[in-house]
Amino acid sequence: MPLYHNEDQAMLADTARGFIAEEGNIARQLRHWRDRNCKDGFGHGLWKQMAEMGFTGMLVDEADGGLGMGHVEAGIVLEEIGRNLTPSPFLTSSVLAATALKHGSDDLKGRYLPGLIAGDSVFAVAIDETAKHRPSRIATRAEKSGNGFKLSGSKSFVIQGASSDMIVVAARTSGGDEDADGITLFAVPKDASGMSHEVVRLVDSSMATHTRFDAVELDGDAVIGEIDGGRAVLDAMLLAGRVGAAAEGVGVARGAMDMTVDYLKQRKQFGKLIGEFQALQHRASHLYSEVEIARAVTIKAQQLLDAGAPSAELMASVAKAKVAKTARLAVQEGVQMHGGIGMTDEYDIGLYMKRDRALAEFLGDAHFHANRVATLSGY
Amino acid sequence: MADLEAFRSETRAWLEANCPAEMREPVRDESDIYWGGRRATFKNDAQKAWLEACVAKGYTVPSWPKAYGGAGLSPAEAKVLREEMGRIGARPPLSSFGIWMLGPALLHFGTEGQKQRFLNEIARGEIRWCQGYSEPGSGSDLVSLQTFGEDKGESWVVNGQKIWTSYADHADWIFCLVRTDKADKYQGITFMLFDMASEGVTTKPILLISGNSPFCETFFDDVQVPKSYGDDCPAYVGQINRGWDVAKYLLGHEREMISGADGGDRTAGIGAAMKRHAAKLGDDLDPVLRAELAMFDVDALAYTAMGEKFLDEIKVGKAHPAQPNMMKYAGTELNKRRHEMMMAVGGSRALEWESDATEGGKPSRSWLRTKANSIEGGTSEVMLNVIAKRILDLPGA
Ligand SMILES: Cc1cc2nc3c(=O)[nH]c(=O)nc-3n(C[C@H](O)[C@H](O)[C@H](O)COP(=O)(O)OP(=O)(O)OC[C@H]3O[C@@H](n4cnc5c(N)ncnc54)[C@H](O)[C@@H]3O)c2cc1C
Ligand SMILES: Cc1cc2nc3c(=O)[nH]c(=O)nc-3n(C[C@H](O)[C@H](O)[C@H](O)COP(=O)(O)OP(=O)(O)OC[C@H]3O[C@@H](n4cnc5c(N)ncnc54)[C@H](O)[C@@H]3O)c2cc1C
Repeated sequence: MPLYHNEDQAMLADTARGFIAEEGNIARQLRHWRDRNCKDGFGHGLWKQMAEMGFTGMLVDEADGGLGMGHVEAGIVLEEIGRNLTPSPFLTSSVLAATALKHGSDDLKGRYLPGLIAGDSVFAVAIDETAKHRPSRIATRAEKSGNGFKLSGSKSFVIQGASSDMIVVAARTSGGDEDADGITLFAVPKDASGMSHEVVRLVDSSMATHTRFDAVELDGDAVIGEIDGGRAVLDAMLLAGRVGAAAEGVGVARGAMDMTVDYLKQRKQFGKLIGEFQALQHRASHLYSEVEIARAVTIKAQQLLDAGAPSAELMASVAKAKVAKTARLAVQEGVQMHGGIGMTDEYDIGLYMKRDRALAEFLGDAHFHANRVATLSGY
Repeated sequence: MADLEAFRSETRAWLEANCPAEMREPVRDESDIYWGGRRATFKNDAQKAWLEACVAKGYTVPSWPKAYGGAGLSPAEAKVLREEMGRIGARPPLSSFGIWMLGPALLHFGTEGQKQRFLNEIARGEIRWCQGYSEPGSGSDLVSLQTFGEDKGESWVVNGQKIWTSYADHADWIFCLVRTDKADKYQGITFMLFDMASEGVTTKPILLISGNSPFCETFFDDVQVPKSYGDDCPAYVGQINRGWDVAKYLLGHEREMISGADGGDRTAGIGAAMKRHAAKLGDDLDPVLRAELAMFDVDALAYTAMGEKFLDEIKVGKAHPAQPNMMKYAGTELNKRRHEMMMAVGGSRALEWESDATEGGKPSRSWLRTKANSIEGGTSEVMLNVIAKRILDLPGA
């Protein structure tokens, strides 16, 4: 498959770009909700609009009421979300949770997917238990109890945890904390008793929770996939999420780069536009090259994932790591080349730096994924 | 699609039957590369057989039209051929500046007479070309070149000096930028073709830090260049005084070639191979080195995807016309880093300058050679200038 968008995808990209730039732009969403100290950190109105555009259920199978599209398409939406720093549950709900639910029972799908597709529900995923992404280690336990389970333990940095109608939780039903097997995924409903959230606002103004599960009683039908066999579902969910996060990161990098290049064409110092200084031109050109490369490998990873190729795993990590490195460069150069004004809250470039920091950390940073690239390559 | 699959199995069978086992070994040094030309000799029978088979099939220049010695393959078919050759590790049957640089320029700007004559010779490996662009005072600022051709009616008399002329001492002919109008910087250069055996042409090799000497200083002392080599076959490409257009077009192809965007082995990840190499040397990778290799592989694998995307986009005219500059910049900087990593893994063994174990100091010589990647065909700084100006549209660039 050629590494560019086909006609349908290009059309979707046009639509998504226009729509998100209009409705999801920084003034209208990120700043708006942040300045009101919104407890969700995102707007439900926009989420509903995204549903009307058909975005929320794009990865959901047609048989389940979705559009049955692929990760290239989801990536198109995510790139625009990244470019506009649009706070949205799209990545957690429409990519991560939706991927997990593909493996769920008809009953689970029936319970949750219509709300997602309609833009009425928001989902979160709870995987990590420490400050870094370490999905190989899962200590949260779910013990058999009657027909169901009792869930105990804690999860950290659950994005939009307190705003979600359901949280996909990876818990251990057997084995030791570091074992690959013995994992089960649960769809934990919002009102499950015994669940408590400590809400924290992150640097990028997104809301996360440290969520505790204190003998939370779950029905047997809260299980997504197989009992003890959840690792495969977890991996599939992580794979989709990483490729999605890479796409969003490409958007962040492009947004920061475009802003910066524009600024270079406007700001005058020493009687010249600063964009005339070669010292800045070369750095801008280098940044451009990196962003193009990051975008190419992200599309590659999306296509491999859509094709079900085994190499998607490796390429997803390459993409996540490459994008993390590139977006970091973009925001750092962005703030620096804006000079003093780049340090102000009034200017948007700093918001890109904050979002990059949070997004890079989500589902594994550049180090985590470079390490995976080495391991998957056999060294 | 079905046609492509048929073409793939056909190609596979043809390669199986025609590519000798010796030609499926990695290229170890210069002597494994066949450059063609009047004075060329084959290293062995396999090299000869492989060239002849490819010439007969048009596979030395697969995407050129059949009339000019090519196989007339579509971009998709050419990609299949590349992939199939890559799959068995087949060596290129013929390497030449004629194929990489002059050929594309002639296909675009040449007269029918020039195409008939030169392209066929190039495709068959009968002529070896060198590139006379750079001069001692004109490197990055190429358009400042001074070599002058005085118009004598039927011919020019050319005087001046070129430098860094790769393989000038082995070349049969030169494609050469000559100033023919001193008043106009850009529109005063003519793109000439002439025989290196012409009276007044001398070459002097330049020794490189790699210990090799593939370059020359080239001197022109009253060299007579006729304006025509016969019917519809002028000695200049394009128009007189408008050679800069041809020169720039050709540079685009040169940059693409140097960038490794065609999927040469230089763009793949190396970590796993480096671990095996270290093990052979009785060592293991230091954790920090492993980490650096992993970061390198991230960049290399991402660049491979970029190369693929670039070729896909070129095929359908979606790539920005200045994109080859970006590919050249990123690809060459990456290749230099690759060789730094290989030297680090090789340790002291990689320092051997002359030994059987290193096949004559291959690691260190290759490492040094790659430093030219970001200079030849336009330096990295010049690539960044072009990106700033033509892609980012920065002011005053
Ligand atoms: C936290 C903070 C505290 C400050 N405190 C004070 C204070 O107390 N008093 C005070 O007077 N000022 C203060 N400043 C202002 C500070 O001195 C200026 O921000 C600084 O001099 C840069 O100027 P600028 O912001 O206008 O950036 P610009 O001059 O607009 O620069 C923008 C970008 O262009 C680059 N650039 C500019 N010219 C060139 C060139 N010739 N070649 C290459 N690149 C170039 C710059 O390096 C920068 O990356 C403060 C700034 C900050 C951020
Ligand atoms: C291996 C190799 C093979 C070659 N083969 C050939 C050949 O076959 N035929 C041929 O004609 N030439 C050939 N060349 C020459 C090559 O094209 C030139 O070396 C190249 O264009 C750079 O010119 P220069 O060496 O004069 O460097 P200079 O132009 O003197 O540059 C010196 C330094 O200044 C920097 N610089 C120059 N101008 C600018 C600017 N405007 N902005 C920022 N930085 C700048 C450069 O990037 C470089 O770092 C070859 C070179 C090499 C190394």
